[in-house]
Amino acid sequence: MTAAARIETERQPVLEMRHISKTFGPIRALQDVSLTVHAGELHALMGENGAGKSTLMKVLSGAYRPDAGGDILIDGTPVATGDPIKARANGIAVIYQELSLAPNLTVAQNIFLGNEPRRFGIVDRDQCNRRAKEIIARLGVSFSARASVSSLSLGERQMVEIARALSTSARIIVMDEPTTSLTSRETDRLFEVIATLKSQGIAIIYISHRMEEVYQLADRVSVLRDSGYVGTLERADLNASRLVSMMVGRDLSAFYKKDHRPPDSKRAIALSVRDISDGNLLKGCSFDLHKGEVLALAGLVGSGRTELARLIFGADRRTAGTLELDGKPISIGSPREALDAGIAYLTEDRKELGLFLDMSISDNISMGVLARDAQAGGLRDFATAERRAAKAVSELSIRTRSVQANAGSLSGGNQQKVLLARLLETEPRVLILDEPTRGVDVGAKSEIYRLIDELAKKGIAILMISSELPEVIGVADRVLVMRDGTISGEVTASEGQPLSQEAIMELATGAAQG
Amino acid sequence: MTDKSGTGMTDKSGPGMTDKATGMSAGDQAVGRSRRLRTAFAALGMLPVLILLAAGFQIMNPRFLTETNLLIVTQQSSINIVLAAGMTFVILTGGIDLSVGSILAASAMVAVMVSLVPEWGMLGVPAAILVGLGFGVINGLLVAYIKLPPFIVTLGSLTAVRGVARLLGQDTTVFNSDLPFDFIGNGSLFGIPWLVIIALSVVVLSWLVLKRTVLGTWIYAVGGNAEAARLTGIKVPLVLLFVYGVSGLLAGVGGAMSAARLYAANGLQLGQSYELDAIAAVILGGTSFVGGVGSIWGTLIGGLIIAVLSNGLILAGVSDIWQYIIKGLVIIVAVALDRYRLQAGART
Repeated sequence: MTAAARIETERQPVLEMRHISKTFGPIRALQDVSLTVHAGELHALMGENGAGKSTLMKVLSGAYRPDAGGDILIDGTPVATGDPIKARANGIAVIYQELSLAPNLTVAQNIFLGNEPRRFGIVDRDQCNRRAKEIIARLGVSFSARASVSSLSLGERQMVEIARALSTSARIIVMDEPTTSLTSRETDRLFEVIATLKSQGIAIIYISHRMEEVYQLADRVSVLRDSGYVGTLERADLNASRLVSMMVGRDLSAFYKKDHRPPDSKRAIALSVRDISDGNLLKGCSFDLHKGEVLALAGLVGSGRTELARLIFGADRRTAGTLELDGKPISIGSPREALDAGIAYLTEDRKELGLFLDMSISDNISMGVLARDAQAGGLRDFATAERRAAKAVSELSIRTRSVQANAGSLSGGNQQKVLLARLLETEPRVLILDEPTRGVDVGAKSEIYRLIDELAKKGIAILMISSELPEVIGVADRVLVMRDGTISGEVTASEGQPLSQEAIMELATGAAQG
Repeated sequence: MTDKSGTGMTDKSGPGMTDKATGMSAGDQAVGRSRRLRTAFAALGMLPVLILLAAGFQIMNPRFLTETNLLIVTQQSSINIVLAAGMTFVILTGGIDLSVGSILAASAMVAVMVSLVPEWGMLGVPAAILVGLGFGVINGLLVAYIKLPPFIVTLGSLTAVRGVARLLGQDTTVFNSDLPFDFIGNGSLFGIPWLVIIALSVVVLSWLVLKRTVLGTWIYAVGGNAEAARLTGIKVPLVLLFVYGVSGLLAGVGGAMSAARLYAANGLQLGQSYELDAIAAVILGGTSFVGGVGSIWGTLIGGLIIAVLSNGLILAGVSDIWQYIIKGLVIIVAVALDRYRLQAGART
């Protein structure tokens, strides 16, 4: 803050966000965050997933209204908050990860969408095209204002988004992970445009997980962690280990349980994954999963963890690579085949992809084994279903009045246990858990950790995807880190040396190379 | 359905907590019973409407609640109930089958034409059913494996199969005054018309499949959450193929029933807009249009409401034009009331 304060005295910042807090019911998404941005500056905003970066930017863009006590000042003057139209008029533009263009319209039409120059109340197409051409020229890019957006590459579409921001005379442009879907040439092009924008006095708030980009571009870096502001580094003070420790810096809670013995190298390999790709994001992922091991799959959102899990489970189509289960090659083309082979997958999105909310807990638990339980003529065996459900309720301590209650009536943690129970009924040998404690309260969390531990002790091989580093460190024996659709490295615990959060973060963000 | 009201279902082992299976059984039974009661109540949600309508028509015309008239009502509703049973399967998966009226017409044509073959006339019935099944399977293949939207597939077959029905008889009416299976349309067993017996059997069989078989549970699962069903290892395309096959097969049964009743079939007129009455019966019966929730008993009541309305309005001397308007309004008001009642109770 002292560094920021020094600059503040030198010149008027274009944007100040002061003491911004935001709560959603009981959840605190932002706590007293302040941010100062100067004209012509690229200010990088970093932090783990869920640290509050996106929420802060939504407050800035007017999508959210901050809690009382928080102010936004433009050129030193307080402005209205919680109003996207006023924010835009104040020169704030946000370019989101998922681009918001209408592909069937032309570049010019997209640039002026909702803000068309008019003459006699009719859209003035000539003026539209002419002004669009001027803005495109200002960016130094080569496509025509009359081109259809659908004919443009992703990188070019991003330029259209930036052009749209310029058309509203934006002075502060927020870029949220702008390079995630760009090729390296498009990325270079974007960086040139950013330099042009900076020279024109436009301030850029740049959200990124990639260290090398931040090193290359940032004038200053602010870090958020656990919804709070950690600090700001000047360009001269940037250094990888300091940034990572600012982003991670948490102590581990004591409630993880890791009784099962970490597997030594002699343990049998349960699942062997070799060079699998999906022809899209995933490029040749390989790893071995041992019996009785908890292997964590860490990485940032969008790094391909869920895609890899779904590919192994047969939920999506594999374009290359092989799988071996217990040393034998297997071909898996559908979830049914995966389940029959003994591989089960817990989805990260239990409401959309997991549960049948209008069906009973009992039906939900037995859903994967109905055919196996069936009596002659395909009739349901309700007694077995009840027995399975009663056993699951007592073993996983699912809190419900009745196994006949609808799954939708349960709390998040209990829903998650129902889903886990369904997987366990299929008696898997390999269990893939995708964010097993997402949206689950602390009590249920520690129960799920205990369950994972017990399953590993029984010899089940567990692959756990998690975005929470403390959870990864607390539960896993070994960690694979993914980045950009490949496995970028492995982190193991050595003698007396626990798994290192810093090492994981470095692999996930690419700081190790940068 | 949540158990928020708590009447008569308090768990003896403690408020909302069941830690051991031993403490659960008593409370479990209580809740199980209460749940069954609620399910029954939800399914019979439209029963009061049916009773009120019947009472109202009785006051307007005392001829309404006579044995003869009630037999007419049930007979008139029987074909629609058979179609609506098939439609229930489809709508439970979140789909729709607009082609049942056309399939009925084509099947009826085949039934009458085959009945004219000397010695083999009885084969008209299985032939009609097979034709219906065939068209249903084609719908199912297109929806399940080519993954086209059900509305579009069955809108296409609504038109195409209608054309096939007309083609079958060179666009004329086919007759058989000596129909070998005419007892289906006009005979009775122990005083109950065969049409009614068939419709009730279809309803009972549908209930058995939906509520007592693995396949039935899969149908609800696919309608409730198709992607979750796939990830649970359910072969979703097979389930979809089955429901469209059933809908087509039952439309074929409807075709045979219709032919047996009329001794004739006409590819152009027969079964026009029958799909709408079938859909109306399913919706009146409380089956969710997005799938996953509903019951065949509700469909039965929905079908009866539509038949009672038509018959009662005729007896009351209401003109044809006003019958349409009143029927349409009753469907909207009844479903609106049902939604309101469910919201006031609990989420289903």
